[in-house]
Amino acid sequence: MTLIDPRPFLAIGVAFLAALLVSCSRKYPNIREMWSTVASLLMFGFVASMAKGVMDGITYEYTLFMLTDTIGLTMRVDPAGMIFAALASLLWIPINFYSIGYMRCHHEAEQTGYFAAFAICMAATMGIAMAGNLLTFFVFYEMLTIASYPLVLHERNAAALDASRKYLAYTLVSGQLFLAGVVGVYCISGTMDFTAGGFLELGMAPKWVLQLLFILMILAGSVKAAVMPLHGWLPAAMVAPTPVSALLHAVAVVKTGAFAVLRVIGFVFGPKLLYQLGTADWLAWAAALTILMSSFIALKQDNLKRRLAFSTIGQLSYIVLGGALLTPLAFKGAYMHLVAHALMKITLFMCAGTIIVRTHLTEISQMNGIGRRMPLTMGCFAIASMGIAGMPFIIGFISKWNLALGALQAGRPLFVAVWVASALLAMAYLMPVVRMAFFKPEPKEDPRHYGSISYCMLIPICFTALLAVVLGCDPELFPPDFYRLATIAADGICRGWGGGW
Amino acid sequence: MTLGEHAPVFVVLLPLTAALLCLLASRLHRELGGWLVQLSLFGSFLASLDITRTVLRDGGQTLHYWMGDWSPPIGIEFAVDPLNCAVLCTITFIALVVSFYSVPFLSEEDWMHYGGYYTLYALLTVGLCGMVITGDIFNMYVYLEVMSLAGYGLIALGGKKSMLAAFRYLLVGTIGASAYLLGVGYVYALTGSLHIPDIAVRIQPFIHTPLFAFAVACFLVAFGIKMALFPLHGWQPDAYTYAHPGAAGFISGCMSKVPAYAMLRFFFFMFGIHNTVMQALLDVLGIMGICGILIGSLMALAQYDFRRMLAYSSVAQLGYIAVGMAMGNMYGFIGAVLHLINHAFMKCCLFLIIGGITYRFGEVNLYRIGGLNKKMTVSTVAVCFAVLSMVGIPPTCGFFSKWYLMLGAYEGHQYIYIGILVISSLLNAIYYFRIIEQMFVQREASLTEIHKPDSKFGLPMNMVLPIGITGLSIMVLGIYSMDIVTRVIKLGLPEVFLR
Amino acid sequence: MEALNEFLARRGIYTLVLILFFLGVYGMVLSKNYMKKLMAMNVMQVAVIFFFLCFAQKEGATIPILVPGNVNPADYINPLPHALMLTAIVVSMGTTGVAIALLMRIKEFYGSVEESEVLRRASK
Repeated sequence: MTLIDPRPFLAIGVAFLAALLVSCSRKYPNIREMWSTVASLLMFGFVASMAKGVMDGITYEYTLFMLTDTIGLTMRVDPAGMIFAALASLLWIPINFYSIGYMRCHHEAEQTGYFAAFAICMAATMGIAMAGNLLTFFVFYEMLTIASYPLVLHERNAAALDASRKYLAYTLVSGQLFLAGVVGVYCISGTMDFTAGGFLELGMAPKWVLQLLFILMILAGSVKAAVMPLHGWLPAAMVAPTPVSALLHAVAVVKTGAFAVLRVIGFVFGPKLLYQLGTADWLAWAAALTILMSSFIALKQDNLKRRLAFSTIGQLSYIVLGGALLTPLAFKGAYMHLVAHALMKITLFMCAGTIIVRTHLTEISQMNGIGRRMPLTMGCFAIASMGIAGMPFIIGFISKWNLALGALQAGRPLFVAVWVASALLAMAYLMPVVRMAFFKPEPKEDPRHYGSISYCMLIPICFTALLAVVLGCDPELFPPDFYRLATIAADGICRGWGGGW
Repeated sequence: MTLGEHAPVFVVLLPLTAALLCLLASRLHRELGGWLVQLSLFGSFLASLDITRTVLRDGGQTLHYWMGDWSPPIGIEFAVDPLNCAVLCTITFIALVVSFYSVPFLSEEDWMHYGGYYTLYALLTVGLCGMVITGDIFNMYVYLEVMSLAGYGLIALGGKKSMLAAFRYLLVGTIGASAYLLGVGYVYALTGSLHIPDIAVRIQPFIHTPLFAFAVACFLVAFGIKMALFPLHGWQPDAYTYAHPGAAGFISGCMSKVPAYAMLRFFFFMFGIHNTVMQALLDVLGIMGICGILIGSLMALAQYDFRRMLAYSSVAQLGYIAVGMAMGNMYGFIGAVLHLINHAFMKCCLFLIIGGITYRFGEVNLYRIGGLNKKMTVSTVAVCFAVLSMVGIPPTCGFFSKWYLMLGAYEGHQYIYIGILVISSLLNAIYYFRIIEQMFVQREASLTEIHKPDSKFGLPMNMVLPIGITGLSIMVLGIYSMDIVTRVIKLGLPEVFLR
Repeated sequence: MEALNEFLARRGIYTLVLILFFLGVYGMVLSKNYMKKLMAMNVMQVAVIFFFLCFAQKEGATIPILVPGNVNPADYINPLPHALMLTAIVVSMGTTGVAIALLMRIKEFYGSVEESEVLRRASK
């Protein structure tokens, strides 16, 4: 059932309005941050109000205006989009509070621009999540690129300049290639509306054309999802303030990349066509290699944020690999991992930010004994680390379990081995941090100065860590019910195609 | 006949009258001439809106206005179809907006320069509008020359180096005009007519003759020079760089677009594209366009003078239009027309902004504008819009013209154009994001203020508003691009695409 | 000889006009003096005007003024190209005027109309 409902656009509009109001109230920090808080709550409200309907099989659709002669700026909220929309709008609330705390404690400059760009990023992410066709998707995808550019550039120094250039180079190039792919898809099929199970068919064009189009379109997603060798921008972008890293890594940018990959695989090409084309295999191998490589690189990093960045690269490839396996359970695992990784990684990054604000420490080797003075922060860090490694009763386990089952369903037990190896590696690169924090004594020679505790920063960390555990114990506890949405989305994609597993 | 039926002639007549009276009025009171011209341009804009309303009323009819009620092909006619409307409204709108923008630049001039500037300005508008709506190819020559002469004058007013730029443009431009006249001669010798629809019918028996090929080549050279199509663009960077900063927005926005539009009308409406000569010509045009895009972008990359960079970027953007025409299919055509309109606004906006920077700080080096975002808020926002549009990021208008061009390339299986468009967008990104970086990131440059701002936007209000309006229109055009395409451009497609 | 006569009769004048036209272009490109460039430009414009006048001619026809009693259009040459060229002459005069005004300013400013000299001073 399809309902014509403007709520998707209201959710986006709220964020745009917030960006406008934020930039107008430059002189009053409290009012400025109130706007962005109110917007985050309203946005979540709008999205959550649609969650129930989506689970009952309703599709909310609205066309604001026509973009070209045949294609409109259309929002269509289906289960897959709902997962991402609910996730992003849910996480905006804690990250917003955290940003307020971080920016004030760290005395950052240009806070108005920061909050405005942040709001636009969220609007664009919502647009990407709920876009009903490829062109709308592309519009918001580019908008996200542009809006996150000032965030990467926030520090306004040489390193930030380099990082932002790198970021733009990667994303704009892939964006243009994506556009070429979009035009191609439109020309051979005459439509652009996302359809569960894909709308392209083998008869529409020669095989090589379809393969080329797949590569063009998947490149864009892969760049933002930082699949190797297209990951270069992500570690560089670590120069940005920590909430931005959290946003880039957990909520908006990289997740939109992974989401784009899933959209292209599941809703444009469809598992059946990709199985016939065989191109998804290449993607699967690239993702598998990325998982292992990035974990090994992460082991060697001493800067905490960089280590987390390489961990992100690996974890995102879980999602990409899940999509590339083309089986229902793998899709389900992929969508679930979108949620799981977001919750865990946002916690980790917020912890890293808190450490920076309170102790100005960035290198892992200096972090001996900080757990004693910051027990709650490092406790949450430990929980999230275990989640990344795939401990049961934390949400990461559920997604990995489904992904592994998906690999078996596809008859690819080798990929299960990849995941197991990666889990062990994750253990190896994250657990030492926890161990050093709690079990090593503080260095005697230079006593550290701990800044004051900001509850604005601490509470969001606890909130996301708690959420990771609660959802890990019972993923269907409360709406928006991510697990059920993932199941519906995965079933929708694979409906009508019984082969391959 | 009611006043409304005379609207097509008013578009041209009002600025022409104002141009003739402008100097007299300025003699009486320095600013009277300026007001007169602004008023006439406003009237001209209203007239073109009125024509648009009439033309679009019944699903796109063509409005014919016969001069002195002489029926064509004997008499001269103004023919306004939906395409003409779109271009006409663009020109008159930009002319009107920029005419207010010029005022602060003239504040220290005496009555003669003040009146003279506005006289030339009004004449430039006359030439541009006339070229768009006339249905007679010799009449078009006259307007072409009116436009060119007024343009030489406005460019020469720009200061030190501008005389040389104007003189060179004059020499090259006259070659173009003579080539045009030669082409007119050939067409007239073949068909015995000067009326565009009439020629379209009568030329058919001759489309395989060498004379026809020669005529077409003449027009290609003529319009190629006037629209600064690579490799005939040599005059353009100097001319745009040194043009009078008050008028540079209008000159760069419209003066190269209208010859491009005239070329489009000649090729698609008069000669038709389904014959061997025209096919070969379109191929040549495509190659010129591709080279223009690549070399224009690369040259723009190498510039440090803001205006010069924009000028080379224009060479590249005109290449887009040429490529759109060269595709020879409906979507390519739509893309070319849309880009013509969009680029007029984008380039106008950017030139207005650099004009503003020149006015306040006397600075044109794009590496010395650090920290501008704090001093000129509106301009900064407008720059962001224009830059995004130049790179082709949705939902700015630049994206949509690129979208139709890409569709056209796919439709015609000319995949090389897609590659070129992608590369060009990326090159644009490199040299336009440089500006953004400079504005926001660099330390505040030590700029000396020539004119202290009297408003909080850092510029006089009659400069801020035009910058704001053109900047905003980039967004508006993007959002309403579908309406422009389906309700205007698609109604005015040439017959070759309707079959 | 026959062929040459034939060619001259049919195409000769046009060939000359074309040569004149390209002589003008050649002069504009190659001469080093702006005044000479301007003169070459005039030569080019005159060539175009000649071209129009030439193809307006008709063998055995008279000037387009009505001879009483003769209403046969074949007996008059086509007046339209002449009319057009009146306009073109006016335009070319206007162009020349503007060009000379510019040249005077250039001379005033740079002290010369020699291209090399002007460029040398402009680059300073």
